[in-house]
Amino acid sequence: MRKSLRINHHPLLGEMDKKVISFTYNGEKLQGLEGEPIAVALLANHIRILRRHEESGSARGLYCGIGHCMECRVELLGKGQVRACLTPLKEGMEIREGSRLPNAITGRVDS
Amino acid sequence: MSEVQQTDLLIVGAGPAGLSAAATISADRDFRVMVIDEFPEPGGRLLGQFHEERNHSWWIGKIVAADLIIQNTLAGVMIQCGVSVYGLELLPDGWRVLTSKGDIRTKYLLLATGAAEVPMPISGWTLPGVMSIGAAQVMANVHQVKPGERGYIVGVNVLSLAIAKELVVAGIEIEGIALPPDDLFAMEETNPVAAIELLTRLSDAAPAPWMRWGGKLAQKMKLSRLIASCFPKKGVKVWDLPLQLRTALVSIQGVDQVESVIVADVTRSGEIIEGSQREIEVDFVAIAGGLYPLAELAALAGCPFLYVSELGGNIPVHNERLKTTLPNLYVAGNITGVEGAQVAMAQGRLAAHSISYDAGWFACEEEPKLLDAIAEVKEVRRSAMIQFHPEIDSARKRIYELFEHWM
Ligand SMILES: Cc1cc2nc3c(=O)[nH]c(=O)nc-3n(C[C@H](O)[C@H](O)[C@H](O)COP(=O)(O)OP(=O)(O)OC[C@H]3O[C@@H](n4cnc5c(N)ncnc54)[C@H](O)[C@@H]3O)c2cc1C
Repeated sequence: MRKSLRINHHPLLGEMDKKVISFTYNGEKLQGLEGEPIAVALLANHIRILRRHEESGSARGLYCGIGHCMECRVELLGKGQVRACLTPLKEGMEIREGSRLPNAITGRVDS
Repeated sequence: MSEVQQTDLLIVGAGPAGLSAAATISADRDFRVMVIDEFPEPGGRLLGQFHEERNHSWWIGKIVAADLIIQNTLAGVMIQCGVSVYGLELLPDGWRVLTSKGDIRTKYLLLATGAAEVPMPISGWTLPGVMSIGAAQVMANVHQVKPGERGYIVGVNVLSLAIAKELVVAGIEIEGIALPPDDLFAMEETNPVAAIELLTRLSDAAPAPWMRWGGKLAQKMKLSRLIASCFPKKGVKVWDLPLQLRTALVSIQGVDQVESVIVADVTRSGEIIEGSQREIEVDFVAIAGGLYPLAELAALAGCPFLYVSELGGNIPVHNERLKTTLPNLYVAGNITGVEGAQVAMAQGRLAAHSISYDAGWFACEEEPKLLDAIAEVKEVRRSAMIQFHPEIDSARKRIYELFEHWM
């Protein structure tokens, strides 16, 4: 087991007071805190790869953390592509790596 | 939310500027005020900030935000989170605002969208585990999850030092704070001399005593070159931070995520010294390229802009009362130029008085409040702990002059 990345006793900010819930990522069952952004719950589980680049296939993850850069797109069952840094985690969410957006220039439509 | 919502004042952005404006105006008048924000909770960038004040007490942004939210709740302001604004349209009697949850019609519109970070395309920067310095701050301080166990910071500026300090407080190891490589196009602080010049302007917020007392002197006597030459290659500890002004982060390595960085020594003008490259294991890298005003919505609305480097970028033209050149459209906070949260709060209060004044009720009663609010912004700016740019006053005057010229 790797050391958790959660900061449990922050010297100035205290504790996070949130309920532990379950969700899945690429089919794997994981735990996170209710209401924290999906990207945060994944990071706390040491998961950084959120999607693959449309053309090169290289791994991409969270970059700005506040909704500006659009790098952290993941696929949320029932919702489609969402920004993982802004979307609050809920019990039972089924999340997958972001799918590839179509390319209007090359004409590629697959995902 | 399919039917169109109606309000008298819509504020986009629930950061310190937007929340202060809402609390001020609704505390004063019977007037429908709505605040929307795309982040899941209100507070904006306040939520991630804390710093030590001159009297050694801690200023904690989360607490300031909680207080503003209570004021708003008591005043009956509606705050809606998780709503993104993507379009604006001028109507004969106000604005139509297009959001991810439907349209909103409002008479007055205040844009308080804050700032965003300038990225730096260093080799390897798209690897998962590389993030902006602000993202590292948000992970550690807002969500209380470490961005990683051990990281490197690239970019030496006010924000990178302040956040590095916060990361250390949270128990995260910082291996070094280094310069970006000098072949990176058009970055301001890529060489040791420029970085020291920047640091010596920080006065009170300077991270080391020698900078605080030496700062003004060094600036006056142009000592930056000398300091850059004497700066030890292995760096110095300031605020317990490993500040490496003679080191550049050359590239970030890893297969599917960050595994290490390559750093190298640089000459005082920033050229890499061949043979000094070395690899250091880390699991995250934070890029600190500085902040710029997030003003896309003002551009969509049709505001004219002026590029002002001292304020961080392109600024929608506005006057000292925070009115733009378009009808019923106001701006407050970092969208008007990058400064700290206390200035944003004072600007929010000023925007509220400006809108009340323009709404036309009790103008004779409003005018002195408006003038007081203008004076207060200046006073807060003057005494701010963290100054992002020098020469802010004269830069702002240029914008106000352009406003007069435009109108
Ligand atoms: C990453 C980062 C870290 C910072 N850290 C510090 C620090 O440590 N110390 C310091 O003094 N200053 C810091 N600053 C500067 C900071 O901008 C100010 O301190 C202050 O928060 C500015 O207040 P504001 O109200 O103008 O904007 P913000 O606090 O940024 O609030 C703006 C709000 O608008 C929302 N928003 C933006 N666009 C839209 C849209 N289209 N639709 C809906 N909502 C939208 C955002 O979600 C955000 O909540 C930081 C800035 C950034 C970007």
